[in-house]
Amino acid sequence: MSNKSDQLSVKRRQFIGGTVAAAGALTIAPGVILHAATEGDKASAGASSEYRWGMVIDSNKCAEGCSACVDACNNEHDLEGHDRPETDAVWIRAVKLKDKQTGHVNRLVMMCQHCEHPPCVDVCPTNASFKRDDGIVLVDRHRCIGCRYCMMACPYKARSFVHEALTDQSVNAPRGKGCVESCTLCVHRVDAGVMQTACQEACQKEGHAAIIFGDLKDPNSEISRVLKSHNSVQIRADLELNTGVRYLNL
Amino acid sequence: MRSSLISNRYLIFLLAGFFIPAMQAYGESAYVTENSKAASMDSCVAPTDLIRRNHMDYLQHGRDDTVRDGIRGLKYSLSECIDCHASTDANGEGLSVTSEGEFCQACHGYVAVSPACFQCHRTKPVGNAKGNSLGYRFDEHSHAGLDREADHEQ
Amino acid sequence: MSKLYYRELYCGTPVRFWMGLALLGSFIAIGLGAAYYMEHNGHWVTGMSNQIVWGLPHVFAIFLIVAASGALNVASIGSVFGGPLYKPLGRFSSLLAIGLLAGGLMVLVLDLGRPDRLIVAMTEYNFKSIFAWNVILYSGFFAIVGVYLWTMIDRSVARYKRTVGFAAFFWRIALTTGTGSIFGFLVAREAYDAAIMAPMFVIMSFSYGLAFFIITLIAAYIWGDRELGDLRLTRLKNLLGVFVGAVLYFTLAYNLTNLYVTQHHGIERFVLLDGGIYTQMFWIGQILIGSIVPLFLIYSPAFEKSRWAIAVASVAVLIGGFFQIYVIVIGGQAYPMNLFPGKEVIESGFYDGQVISYMPTVPEAALGIAGIAVALAMVAVGARVFKVFPETLED
Repeated sequence: MSNKSDQLSVKRRQFIGGTVAAAGALTIAPGVILHAATEGDKASAGASSEYRWGMVIDSNKCAEGCSACVDACNNEHDLEGHDRPETDAVWIRAVKLKDKQTGHVNRLVMMCQHCEHPPCVDVCPTNASFKRDDGIVLVDRHRCIGCRYCMMACPYKARSFVHEALTDQSVNAPRGKGCVESCTLCVHRVDAGVMQTACQEACQKEGHAAIIFGDLKDPNSEISRVLKSHNSVQIRADLELNTGVRYLNL
Repeated sequence: MRSSLISNRYLIFLLAGFFIPAMQAYGESAYVTENSKAASMDSCVAPTDLIRRNHMDYLQHGRDDTVRDGIRGLKYSLSECIDCHASTDANGEGLSVTSEGEFCQACHGYVAVSPACFQCHRTKPVGNAKGNSLGYRFDEHSHAGLDREADHEQ
Repeated sequence: MSKLYYRELYCGTPVRFWMGLALLGSFIAIGLGAAYYMEHNGHWVTGMSNQIVWGLPHVFAIFLIVAASGALNVASIGSVFGGPLYKPLGRFSSLLAIGLLAGGLMVLVLDLGRPDRLIVAMTEYNFKSIFAWNVILYSGFFAIVGVYLWTMIDRSVARYKRTVGFAAFFWRIALTTGTGSIFGFLVAREAYDAAIMAPMFVIMSFSYGLAFFIITLIAAYIWGDRELGDLRLTRLKNLLGVFVGAVLYFTLAYNLTNLYVTQHHGIERFVLLDGGIYTQMFWIGQILIGSIVPLFLIYSPAFEKSRWAIAVASVAVLIGGFFQIYVIVIGGQAYPMNLFPGKEVIESGFYDGQVISYMPTVPEAALGIAGIAVALAMVAVGARVFKVFPETLED
């Protein structure tokens, strides 16, 4: 189940729609009981392939000169800079584009696109880059050897390498020298049941609401409804990576 | 045969030489730092001598579950170790568990191990640290992951 | 032909040998110190960044690893394809191959963010990763070439020489294919993502490996005061000419393909016309120094018997090869990825759409040079301990 695509033919979608509840009960429930029994009553169920977390970013709403999401991300994960822009960690960045032909100007934010078929996971020699069952692409820093092959492979330049020793990290994002890292889709919030990323929260507070986070597999979620009713694009769609982050009005 | 007997005997002496001081250290110290939450408690999350001997295994076992499978709120959690065992200074600020004489460092220094944990993991209690104000953490009362599961089923 | 005797490498005076080894040792010590400095401070003290993630150490490492598999060719020609003139050189060929690979791997490993976790790379395999395959290919290469060397030295196992030689030959082709595929399988960047990378790296290995072989052979025979005949050197020289021409042909095919595809015009323009240092490295480094000069020295009748011309040609091939890998590895990263086709990036928080500058630092270079020193030191020690060099290579 963990490898199944969420770009399904209608037939497969119906089939899975019919069986997902049963399958979920069979495969998820024993997991819950197992961990609840052995690890004490506090353990959560863990990432489930019933979900696929993703984002929609509306380029039209991304406001000129605003850096609320970038600041919020840096604060949430304690990505403090060292005044060395070439080696400082960047998990989310604002990009302004101009159409070469028409001169139309766009603004948007780029981060890890949480691909369904992530090239970083393909190339990682030690399985440190991995995709959770709920579609979030992460680096397991217990296994990362710092070879940076994933940074070579990522088509979105989404990853940063920690170039210096760190102290006083945030408990939200343990991170340290010599490992690669990138946007976690605020996995610490997702696992705590808070369905809002730091960047989305900040964007909303600013009144722009250019970022929507949610479950791509739930047809009733806001993100799914927006994606169904609007034309959206994936960046570098030619690579067929089926990204979890989609863009409107780009 | 004889030579192997001799070497075995030496080996036993050698091991005894290592173990006896170590066991004494175990026996003598009921070591928690003052001004830490742990100082006011009867025992760790499991019997103390089990934790002493096996905490690294417990933590290592749980880390894959949490990082790779997203299972949070496990019984053995490094951030809980730190929250509980970090002592506080006069102003009530939490101290780093890896600074000289503090809980983790004192013992790791004594047995001459340098675990890699703290190259990435925070060594001070969460307190008012940056990015933690929202409190999105699993604590004793949070079952958010399970609740979400339930919502989805309905 | 008189009977062939192999002897351990002794120089005219012991001082000469030990001084040579001490010189290599000091380069290694400096390189290890540099690696410690970079690991201790973190990579911000190097020229590498989040944009240029692989830098000078990787250029050295890939260069040495590619040359390693090529250095084995002389042994393969001797025992697999039956070239009698090459046969006495087989032992040295495999020793050099092992040394070069060890030097390259040392550089690669010491540049990792977490070299202390090398054990993870050996216990956790992702079989979809070319890197993981290379870990197997590299360790296998040591084992197979080690056994190959054994079958060449020990008469009691000499009957397996041909079989092991075949295995080693196929393994080395696989190894270089793997190294080339590190780049060939990267869909993200326009400079890479081409199947021709793998065969091109194989041809590059033939050329660099042979150039390394010729240089070290001449050096060792001068060092040890032994005779080296012209006939054999001329053979090696002619072979080098063929390989240099082949690399040039693959470079042409690679660039022609890119020139045809509109999407790749940007990167081609960057490398061939206006990439600054990378354009110079391509034309002056790879094409002029690495190809035209050696081809002239090799094929010009004026230098037919000149040993110096052969030595200079080999060094030029190595310099050109170094620049070629530099342009592939670093030029390929310096050219911006095209995330938004048809759009121009006018503002970015992460250098999108900009050509990235990279200035290598001294510690990076010191680590890379230490890799070469490790290769040479292993050859020197190996040649002293085992009977690797024929007592004389007179014609």
